Amino acid sequence: MKPVELAKNVYWVGAIDWLTRDFHGYSTKRGTTYNAYLIVDEKITLIDTVKAPYRSELMHHIRAIIDPKKIDYLVVNHVEMDHSGSLPEVVKEIEPEKVICSKMGHKALLKHFHQEDWPYHIVTPGEELSLGEKTLNFLETRMLHWPDSMFTYIKEDQIVFSSDAFGQHLGTSERFDDEVNQDVLMYESTKYYANILTLYSPIVKKLIAQIEEMQLPIKMIAPDHGVIWRKNPGKIIDAYSRWCVNEGKGNALIIYDTMWESTRKMAKAIAEGLQEKGVSYKLLDLQVNHRSDVMTDVLDASAVILGCSTLNNGLLPRMAGFLMYMRGLRPTNILGAAFGSFGWSGEAVKLMNKSMQEMKFTMIHKGLRVQYVPEDVHLRECVELGHTVAEALEDLKAGKEVVSVE
Amino acid sequence: MKKQRCLVCGYEYDPEAGDPGNGVAPGTAWEDVPDDWCCPVCGAGKDEFEEV
Repeated sequence: MKPVELAKNVYWVGAIDWLTRDFHGYSTKRGTTYNAYLIVDEKITLIDTVKAPYRSELMHHIRAIIDPKKIDYLVVNHVEMDHSGSLPEVVKEIEPEKVICSKMGHKALLKHFHQEDWPYHIVTPGEELSLGEKTLNFLETRMLHWPDSMFTYIKEDQIVFSSDAFGQHLGTSERFDDEVNQDVLMYESTKYYANILTLYSPIVKKLIAQIEEMQLPIKMIAPDHGVIWRKNPGKIIDAYSRWCVNEGKGNALIIYDTMWESTRKMAKAIAEGLQEKGVSYKLLDLQVNHRSDVMTDVLDASAVILGCSTLNNGLLPRMAGFLMYMRGLRPTNILGAAFGSFGWSGEAVKLMNKSMQEMKFTMIHKGLRVQYVPEDVHLRECVELGHTVAEALEDLKAGKEVVSVE
Repeated sequence: MKKQRCLVCGYEYDPEAGDPGNGVAPGTAWEDVPDDWCCPVCGAGKDEFEEV
């Protein structure tokens, strides 16, 4: 892969990761990229680095343009290891005049690499830094994705280097949004938001308002993962504006795990109830659906119906793991209900209810439990549960308030 | 005095410790923390905190 020019004297010099399929629990079926960018000016500037094993690719790309020792400034937009893992070696090799970071970035760098003597330059909000012909601005974007995160902006080229925001885990030979399949691009962008940023939606909302208020002209958005938005940066900003308010599509998800098919039978009967009322739904069995794919669906779902058998007075481990994962990501604006089969104690439904209440879901049913194997009468109750969810979704659509059951 | 937790990043404001780095002296009750104070970790406003 050769370096790619984004604008005159601005290059992509990152690395493509065709191998990673598990990104701390997030399934990355299409791999990913670690984007780094080089600006050639009077002060030569490198924006971000790459994950440690990809350092030689980064250096190879830089060497194709200039001698890496000529780099003056190294900007660290984000300290997470996939962007900073090769930093110690890169700093040693290029000996930069400045390592530019946010206030929280400085703290995080010290705690990661324990180097007091790097030439840190901590940016102040709104600071401008002239590189010669080009000027950099910095925007602190705490918690997008870590406290240290910031954006860097080239005023003259109107390019935003947005770090983790607006990215996708998408490993491709192409570097730009207009060169890839649009459905794949939007799916991976959705999955990325759902699994990385959902919990920071209130901050995304503020950021988008801030960008609008600043009237910052944006020609291109260059994130640290995936392709660069050059043809249509507005497309991803619009998508973030929708996702950050967690607006549902009026659909329902039945997310479940089962031991001896009983809970699956219940799930199918609930689906029948939804179908009868014309509600779009998905049956997501946790035995075959990865948690991060399920969360992608949760991002724009209006109702989540959880099903699980009781195992050893608790939940099946896949459901327990999923609940822990979903809870951390804090989806909002969701109607909830639970169901499950049990043998003698039947705690699972109560545990799922409790977890959804803690996530502030609007609970529309007290929960449905069936001992051992359901028969017709029980399956009719499941169909009824589907109807109850459908009616609540109708009420939501009509703008009526839906209140939690006791 | 009760602690307050930032709903965004999980930082806890402890009135006994205050936030001296940002002008809030130790012993400052939550009600007396200035309205324009924000979370020292993530920058969230006071309205994004809840009592622990």
